[in-house]
Amino acid sequence: MEKMVTMQVIFIIVSAITLVAAVQVVTNRNLFHAALWMMFSFLGVAALYGLLEAGFLAATQLLVYIGAISILIIFAIMMTRRLMQTTESPYNAQWIGAGVAAVLTFAVILGVVLQVLPLDAGFAPSSANPAVAAAIEQNVVTLGRSFVSADQYVLPFELASVLLLAALVGSIIVARPDMEDKE
Amino acid sequence: MNPIELLKTLVDFSTFDYLRGVWGPQPWVEPLLDVIGIFAVSTFCLLIVIFLIWLERKVIARMQDRIGPNRVGGKYGLLQTVADVLKLLSKEAVTPSGADWWAYNIAPFLIVMTALLMWAVMPFTSQMVGVDLNIGLFYVLSISSVSVVCLLLAGWGSNNKYALLGAFRSVAQLVSYEVPMVLSLLVPIILARSMSVNSIVEAQNIGYIFVIPMSAIIFFLSASAETGRTPFDLLEAESELVAGFHIEYGGMKFGMFFLAEFIGTLFMSSLFAATYMGGYRFLTAELFGYQTPQLLQLLIFFIKTFIVYFVFIWFRATFPRIRIDQMLNFNWKYLVPLTLVMVLVVALLDQVVGDAHWLVRAAAHLASNILIGAGALVWARRSAAQRHIMVDANATAVVPGPVFTGGGGHGHDDHGHGHAPDTHGHAPATVAAHD
Repeated sequence: MEKMVTMQVIFIIVSAITLVAAVQVVTNRNLFHAALWMMFSFLGVAALYGLLEAGFLAATQLLVYIGAISILIIFAIMMTRRLMQTTESPYNAQWIGAGVAAVLTFAVILGVVLQVLPLDAGFAPSSANPAVAAAIEQNVVTLGRSFVSADQYVLPFELASVLLLAALVGSIIVARPDMEDKE
Repeated sequence: MNPIELLKTLVDFSTFDYLRGVWGPQPWVEPLLDVIGIFAVSTFCLLIVIFLIWLERKVIARMQDRIGPNRVGGKYGLLQTVADVLKLLSKEAVTPSGADWWAYNIAPFLIVMTALLMWAVMPFTSQMVGVDLNIGLFYVLSISSVSVVCLLLAGWGSNNKYALLGAFRSVAQLVSYEVPMVLSLLVPIILARSMSVNSIVEAQNIGYIFVIPMSAIIFFLSASAETGRTPFDLLEAESELVAGFHIEYGGMKFGMFFLAEFIGTLFMSSLFAATYMGGYRFLTAELFGYQTPQLLQLLIFFIKTFIVYFVFIWFRATFPRIRIDQMLNFNWKYLVPLTLVMVLVVALLDQVVGDAHWLVRAAAHLASNILIGAGALVWARRSAAQRHIMVDANATAVVPGPVFTGGGGHGHDDHGHGHAPDTHGHAPATVAAHD
């Protein structure tokens, strides 16, 4: 019980930080700062994964979102000179569409959450339970196996890899200097 | 609590168990012990840097036929770094005008934080582990990818074009060399069937450096690039970028970047010792049922770590700095394909010999690794020879131009003839020598 309260306090702090950072992303006028706030928000999501005992997802969140995607976005901002000097308001005509999309997404998530509420006592077994602890310990193995086993997620996994490979080859082709011009 | 009992427990590393016994099952005991552990490891890392800097200066000086620091603190200049640190600490903390205050000032702290965070999963002995995460190595990689952000913060926040260019270059280097590093670490993960550093150490009946030498060499090369050490220290190419991304930093803020570099190098050495040299294991004594005491394990771990660290220093004293295009070519055209082939071969081979006796398994992997190494050497030689022919036949052959390096209008062709074939000859030759 003691642990539950601590976890809830940590959860509330982490989610507050995530939300504040997310709001800063869309309202901050300095694009570079907005990108940094976005990283902060990603970090909060990684911490949430950590709270859920999903260490692999947390590390992936760090590696992919902070180590790769945010860096890419920052590079894009820095390379585009005009973007850095902008002092315009960050609001434009798309805010209505964005608002509708946000509300709809929130409604869907709320619907899913309400379906499993109220939680019964057996829903969240404590990690002191040896079976649960073993499952957590083995979650990376379970995840890896389910990615490559034919009756689970092998198809989406391989499709995603092919998509990434295609994007990689495509970006190389686009970025390649034209050999004919050099001669 | 008896102070003498407490001191006794320090020797066999049962202090935490002792404290648990004294304090009883209070709710605040575990968090307090965690804090004590974090504090101990961080302090150790920060303090050992003082020794590391002295060691580096002394060893490099000896290799270059100099004496090195010899005035402050007696015969060997042992207190030289202490004096340097005091000087750095007493300097004024300046923020340049026009700098992005937050980005500029937070970057040095973040970079030291990321360097310290990685130590959490390092098994110093079989019991002295911060947290034995089941994703150990993956955790290390994800934290080290975050340190890239700090470089960008520093480069951007300084409001200096050299700093920004230096940061771009650093990010290009770090992001590129992360690929062979991740892939080469996959090989011990495949062999040990676990990502936890402790399990990888436990799985090494013989050090993996004797089983998968290619993976060890590639990891070592990419680790020296990741930590920005010679020959990959273009991050601070003085002749081109003044000092790289930390040009605008002074005093202890500069000291923090220096600190992070040394902690990172020591970490990479100890990671190498843990994943490829059996970490705290006393050679093969464990196989014959010998229970190594904790203190001896710690000693063994640090001996191995410092052997690797010495090689890092040795590299720094011997190799000249390479050019940015050579560095990126070496990574993408040689290291990455080689590592991909190696991971594929090891994974397939381990499906066949995975259940065999561990000696058979090790021999099979060693043979396949040597074959891959020899194949890579032949292939590199051939491609270098082809490049020679191409350059000779066609003086205007397309040679990848230096990106940020200086040089006049004719610089490209000169580089093409002189240096490019050299790299291709040299880099695989090092590989062969280690085999």
